[in-house]
Amino acid sequence: MADRIVVDPITRIEGHLRIEAKVENGVITDAWSSSTMFRGIEKILQGRDPRDAWYITQRFCGVCTTVHSIASIRAVENAVGMKVPFNAEMIRNVIMGMQYVQDHVIHFYHLHALDWVDIVSALSADPVKTAALQESISDWKYSSADYFKGIQDRLAAFAKTGRLGPFGNAYWGHPAYKLPPEANLMAASHYLQALEVQKEIIKVHAILGSKNPHPQTFLTGGMSIPCDPNSQNAINADKIAMIMECNKTAREFVEKVYIPDIIAVAPFYLDWAGIGKTSGNYMSYGEFPDGREGHPNNLWLPAGIIKNGDLSTVHPVDHTKITEDVVHSWYEDTGPRHPWEGATDKKYIGPKPPYDYLDVEQKYSFVKSPRYEGAPMEVGPLSRMLVAYASGHKEVQDVVNHVLTTLGVGPEVLFSTLGRTAARAVETLIVARKMESWLMALAANINTGDYAIHDNSKWDPSTWPVQAQGYGWHEAPRGALGHWIVIQNKEIKNYQAVVPSTWNAAPRDDKGVRSPYEEALIGTPIADPEKPLEILRTIHSYDPCLACAVHVYDEKNELKSKVKIL
Amino acid sequence: MEVLFMGLREKLELLGVSRRDFLKFCTAVSATLALPPAMAPKVAEALEDDNRPAVIWLEFQSCSGDSESLLRSGRPKAADLVLDVISLDYAEVLMAAAGHQAEQAKHDSMEKNKGKYVLIVEGSIPVEDDGIYCCIAGDTALNQLKKAAAGAAMVIAVGNCASFGGIPAAYPNPTGAKGVADLVSGVPVVNLPGCPMNCDNLTALIVHYLIFGTLPALDNQLRPKFAHGKRIHDNCERRGHFDAGQYVEKWGDEAHRQGWCLYKMGCKGPQTWHNCPTLRWNDGLSWPVMAGHGCVGCSEPGFIDTMSPFYRRLPEVPGFGVESSATSVGLKLVGVATAFFAVHGVVSIIRNRGTVKKVEEEYYEKEEK
Repeated sequence: MADRIVVDPITRIEGHLRIEAKVENGVITDAWSSSTMFRGIEKILQGRDPRDAWYITQRFCGVCTTVHSIASIRAVENAVGMKVPFNAEMIRNVIMGMQYVQDHVIHFYHLHALDWVDIVSALSADPVKTAALQESISDWKYSSADYFKGIQDRLAAFAKTGRLGPFGNAYWGHPAYKLPPEANLMAASHYLQALEVQKEIIKVHAILGSKNPHPQTFLTGGMSIPCDPNSQNAINADKIAMIMECNKTAREFVEKVYIPDIIAVAPFYLDWAGIGKTSGNYMSYGEFPDGREGHPNNLWLPAGIIKNGDLSTVHPVDHTKITEDVVHSWYEDTGPRHPWEGATDKKYIGPKPPYDYLDVEQKYSFVKSPRYEGAPMEVGPLSRMLVAYASGHKEVQDVVNHVLTTLGVGPEVLFSTLGRTAARAVETLIVARKMESWLMALAANINTGDYAIHDNSKWDPSTWPVQAQGYGWHEAPRGALGHWIVIQNKEIKNYQAVVPSTWNAAPRDDKGVRSPYEEALIGTPIADPEKPLEILRTIHSYDPCLACAVHVYDEKNELKSKVKIL
Repeated sequence: MEVLFMGLREKLELLGVSRRDFLKFCTAVSATLALPPAMAPKVAEALEDDNRPAVIWLEFQSCSGDSESLLRSGRPKAADLVLDVISLDYAEVLMAAAGHQAEQAKHDSMEKNKGKYVLIVEGSIPVEDDGIYCCIAGDTALNQLKKAAAGAAMVIAVGNCASFGGIPAAYPNPTGAKGVADLVSGVPVVNLPGCPMNCDNLTALIVHYLIFGTLPALDNQLRPKFAHGKRIHDNCERRGHFDAGQYVEKWGDEAHRQGWCLYKMGCKGPQTWHNCPTLRWNDGLSWPVMAGHGCVGCSEPGFIDTMSPFYRRLPEVPGFGVESSATSVGLKLVGVATAFFAVHGVVSIIRNRGTVKKVEEEYYEKEEK
């Protein structure tokens, strides 16, 4: 047991994640991913008004703060047959698009960058050379030597206090950090700039949804922000102009900072294009309805599955082929089950706290193990970009090919830790460029005199059938997200969510097959077992979101008989 | 009703804080917060005699929404807050260190700043089955909280979960989730509920120390009065429409587009004590009613059970009338929910099952006797 290294907590993520890894001769030979927090929100949902579910499930996660709302309202809309007006679909697209951009920017600069950037090294950088480096990668406005000198002075004054706050006791000086001091200083300044940018651009959520985190604007059947160009209390030209400004800021930062940073930093870490590979199964549910038919038609980013890294074929996704298994999860054993039949009695048989190691031969996580046709799937930006790339999506192909050509590498490097991080940046760029079109489609539709934002015909639960069931899919920034709902007598009878981090962070399944986090860690070099920086790199490349992944609680298996599968 | 009007002093006594402890705390806070009276605009000056308060931020059964809210800080800006105003020695969402190095950083800060650091808690704490439903670094949230609170000058519970148990504590509370004030004694607790907490209220609390050197006045739920001293309904920009009997009847109708009152769409503003209408969110840009959705009462104890179904209108709020009648009705509604919570600790039964109603009726009967 003692040959395992433990990282708990994995910081700079959402939620509580623990990694245990076996290291032999400086390389990880086995790994276990565990989530150690559980709330039981799905149990809390039972018996409540299905129209309230979006608000409650939104609290699965405060980082990807819109995604469960979207999946939830779609699940109810699917179950009772609501038709979402075009305005509402476009408003949702604008909200989802900004969630992608802001979430990815925060992830890269505040949750992931410190795995690659040594802040302490920035103190010894030459500000003049840093300015030259900045000017060589883009025409971003903050590029003078004086500017970088100011940032360096600020960091130096901070360091001089000896109280480093969130930067204290980290892996600074670790041999796996490869950037020259100037690149570190440039990245450190972008870290601070991104803190400001993310706060500004997410104001789109406040304009359309009152606040962020946790916008309060979603409704089953539509949205609660009205449209009327002649009202001061609705989406009008002023609000559209404000959103345009946010979009512009977002796009400028992504084009002039985020993408150039990735291209500038990647050459120092090309060995990470050979680390962090999984079994090669990638899944996307598709996202952003781009036509008048609404979700799930005409999705701008396509749905599909890639198997075993074969980009020549994209397979369709069928929700009936999804199952979840609990052999290694702290629940009563049931065998693999479709989410609608999911039965989960909590059964903690782990060690009594405080403990040093989990018993990984038995159950070791509150996350279940989802499988598609019995196989693990990786989900997230890399999966979306691969499915889109393989489906012939022009914008994705153009940007991916540009990045690959610039770096002088082939598409095979995408199946890696570096590929995951690069794919997220690529996606941020194409979404940031696309957002304007949804906003303009909204404006054009309002201009026709269509102010509808909600399907009132099915709002009153007395119009619903006694028994109804549905599912709602959404490509969240972290990947394929699905909510499954069963409604009986206007109340929630059962609710299940299979979220991106459930797919990625799961423990082994009934056959002992590893899930993506565990698989990706195999073969990762560890320079110093006391400071396993390399584990953070690969795990963070997924942008873990653990509170989302653990929420399932279904005490009574009331649905095991027959639930009709749509 | 007495409990409703209890002062901070009495409330602390109720929580087991002696007068002596309270005075000790005041001294500690003054020492911790002996910063320049203004917000130290110049970085170098502020850092020269560095006495930024050490802050330990613990996350338990959370969604990280309050941590994210911190990143939306506008005054001071997030970067200034983290670098210049406080020393954020432990915060899972932001800190560079991980694993045992992270835990060591926390341990070191707690030792070095013993009795002086500010502990911020996000997320509820599960107590069922010895607390195994939330473990960090191999130990339970319950143990982590008790250890960290023991050496803190004060604890700030951010968000409804840390304040009152929030969503994890909603019926049937599968993990026995509780708020901080139910579990910590001997140290003052301030609640900053809301889902999430509005970061401007947290920074205002910190600024309050910096400027006035004391805790702000708290209400009976340990919430600062500057943030929770008035009902949403009292400051609502749509109050005129309420008083005039002008209501939204359907989402997207003319009334909705013209910003009329959302009471009939289920707005819980008359039952909710929060400064959303005046402070607003994201640098004062908007708040739920302004964006066309009713208030759901996220800053109240017993949320979500006492506030759902969200789209069902509140009972007995008059359709129109003079200020005094609306206020008295609102007070009556609020009084029952909060007093019940204060006396019984938790509202674990949802309104739509009829049981809260029953409890309220019993409460009224008792009051009348």
